Amino acid sequence: MSDTCATGGKLFKELDQFIEESGSTPDRLIAVLQRAQELFGYLSPEVQEHVAEKLKIPVSQVYGVVTFYNFFSTKPKGKYQIKVCLGTACYVKGGDRVFERFLEELGVEADEPTKDGLFSVHAVRCLGACSMAPVVLVGEQDFYGKVKPDMVSKILKHYSERGA
Amino acid sequence: MALTANTILICAGGACISSGEESVKQALEREISKYALQDVVRIVETGCMGACSLGPLMVIYPEGVFYQKLTPKAAQEIVEEHLLKGRVVEEYLYKGPTGEIVPQVAEKLPFFSRQVRIVTRNVGFIDPKNIEEYIARDGYFALAKVLREMTSEEVIEEVKKSGLRGRGGAGFPTGLKWELTRKGTSQKKFVVCNADEGDPGAFMDRSVLEGDPHTVLEAMIIAGYAIGANQGYIYVRAEYPLAIERLNTAISQAREYGFLGSNIMGTEFSFDIEIRIGAGAFVCGEETALIASIEGKRGQPRVKPPYPAERGVWDCSTLINNVETFANIPPIILKGADWFKSIGTENSPGTKVFALAGKIVNTGLVEVPMGITLKELLYEIGGGSSTGKPIKAVQTGGPSGGCIPAQYFDTPVDYDSLQKLGAIMGSGGMIVMDEDDCMVDVAKFFLEFTVDESCGKCTPCREGTRQMLRILEKITSGEGTEEDLYELKALGETIKDTALCGLGQTAPNPVLSTLEYYRDEYEMHVKEKRCPALKCKDLTRYVIDESKCVGCTACARVCPVNAISGEVRKAHVIDNEKCVRCGSCIEVCRFNAINKVSP
Repeated sequence: MSDTCATGGKLFKELDQFIEESGSTPDRLIAVLQRAQELFGYLSPEVQEHVAEKLKIPVSQVYGVVTFYNFFSTKPKGKYQIKVCLGTACYVKGGDRVFERFLEELGVEADEPTKDGLFSVHAVRCLGACSMAPVVLVGEQDFYGKVKPDMVSKILKHYSERGA
Repeated sequence: MALTANTILICAGGACISSGEESVKQALEREISKYALQDVVRIVETGCMGACSLGPLMVIYPEGVFYQKLTPKAAQEIVEEHLLKGRVVEEYLYKGPTGEIVPQVAEKLPFFSRQVRIVTRNVGFIDPKNIEEYIARDGYFALAKVLREMTSEEVIEEVKKSGLRGRGGAGFPTGLKWELTRKGTSQKKFVVCNADEGDPGAFMDRSVLEGDPHTVLEAMIIAGYAIGANQGYIYVRAEYPLAIERLNTAISQAREYGFLGSNIMGTEFSFDIEIRIGAGAFVCGEETALIASIEGKRGQPRVKPPYPAERGVWDCSTLINNVETFANIPPIILKGADWFKSIGTENSPGTKVFALAGKIVNTGLVEVPMGITLKELLYEIGGGSSTGKPIKAVQTGGPSGGCIPAQYFDTPVDYDSLQKLGAIMGSGGMIVMDEDDCMVDVAKFFLEFTVDESCGKCTPCREGTRQMLRILEKITSGEGTEEDLYELKALGETIKDTALCGLGQTAPNPVLSTLEYYRDEYEMHVKEKRCPALKCKDLTRYVIDESKCVGCTACARVCPVNAISGEVRKAHVIDNEKCVRCGSCIEVCRFNAINKVSP
């Protein structure tokens, strides 16, 4: 989904620089993929092939690692990633209902971005803030505690107003 | 450094940050500079103080006054009253269950006074970003003692004598693990810290990493000296960005001070530490899977033996301990094995950190001596149920553990007693449940987790847990039979005996333990098609109480599937064929007219 070839090329250069600085031995694979996902947003077949070439390992090995770990995504995600905690504490306090409400309001399945690309909803494991359960994290920073299903539309509105 | 009149320790643990610590800190700074107090008042952001349900919170020294549930406005008042005029602001003090103001001093609060803090001795007391604060509390003294006065064998002997057992859950004797790794034959050896804390509801390791990162480094260096390794790895999960940042800061400070790198403290011994960040796979908490992940591979476990002590990272002898285990090491070295053994029980010496969560008043982190009863832990420290309904069970050990019912709350908390009950100590998560929690549903929840996280390598775990989940889904949707209960147990026991790694072997525990203690609940689901906790959707219906409904139409308007009908100002009815049991109507009804029932 990189906008143009030009920005894509720039991102590949940044990735190459990271590989150069931190080493290109096969054991660096996970770290390299983490950086790649930070840069590109997700790991497309092109990016995976590029990484395989740089680390001199088969693409199948890269693909194997990408699909093994939850952190890696082969599909684009929404601009605002809504992470609903379904750890045990959140679950017993109704996190599942919050999660379902997000999916309903946006009319999407889990992990799938909305048509405008603004949101995607993800179930995550314990965020470690169990005293605030149920909790929701939007992006990496915006944290909502003691969330009730009827707060969902307000949370969404806040971001859709901010827009793309 | 100038002399300060007051030091403010403000908790910057996960829960406090989430509840607005940053804005409170900014308000403090603003007010302090407004009154030109910046030279005499020092603000220190510490790691998690543990009393997470009271956050944001802070302690003002020298008095040690404990303020809780702070806001920017509260910060302003406290600066004006407490710091300027020396008057305690009662409004923000901790109040007991009946509203009485109990001791203002942090250490005397019941939540803190019952704790014994070894692992978390510095968490909440020091600035984790400042190595000098760690040193001021005897930090790196244990390392100095080891390097100057002890041989490797003596270090191992001391750890063995202390009786310390692995805090990651299984409870393997730590000293023995060190000895086995020392005896390993490979030329190179490695020390690995397992900081892949994945159990949902557990955040003990996170608090240590964020609140006292140097203690982990110091212990790893000591371990390196003891087993003959020069390189260490900390495998930390990607979900803990703050912990990673604090570790990075700590590592570079330790290098600067000569505690890491070549010729540590001027001796022959060299040791360095690298951080490896996980990528979200629960199974990587298993040591052989973790090793594969460090090597950049899929995190799949392999058959043991050979154990990592023989063949670990890059086939070299490797010592793997968890964060909490390591945090015990410096105090053991400094104060001696006999001191350590005087705390806790004979077979489980020392303390354990627990994360209390769920339906309990004082959610948060507590460190208690082993052997304390569940009753003391849940009621005297935890403050009992937060919902007004009695506590029904406590779940320990996450997806590998089990549910302990209330009639066993006199059980002492130690490795062996919990195991006898079919639960495990696990890493230390404790989730409290009341009568609104359905035990079949809880078992299903954990199994969904394991099915998701099973790495797929061995059949019992990959296929077996899936079959167990299918049976549970059948039961919770009202289609279960008595035979299913028998199948569930048989399948669970088979998986326990045959799965490849710890994840699979313990995966049936949540099901087996609830089947054992709450068989009646399972039977109600199967025989009467009834969920007594009103949790299982397919077994519950929503009904409107005609005598309470005033016909305000609020429920009908909010229903996402138009299942509610009725005229204005007349009682409404719910069509249970259409109803998806989302609960929206109950939330908006101001007359408590909508009830859930299970036939």
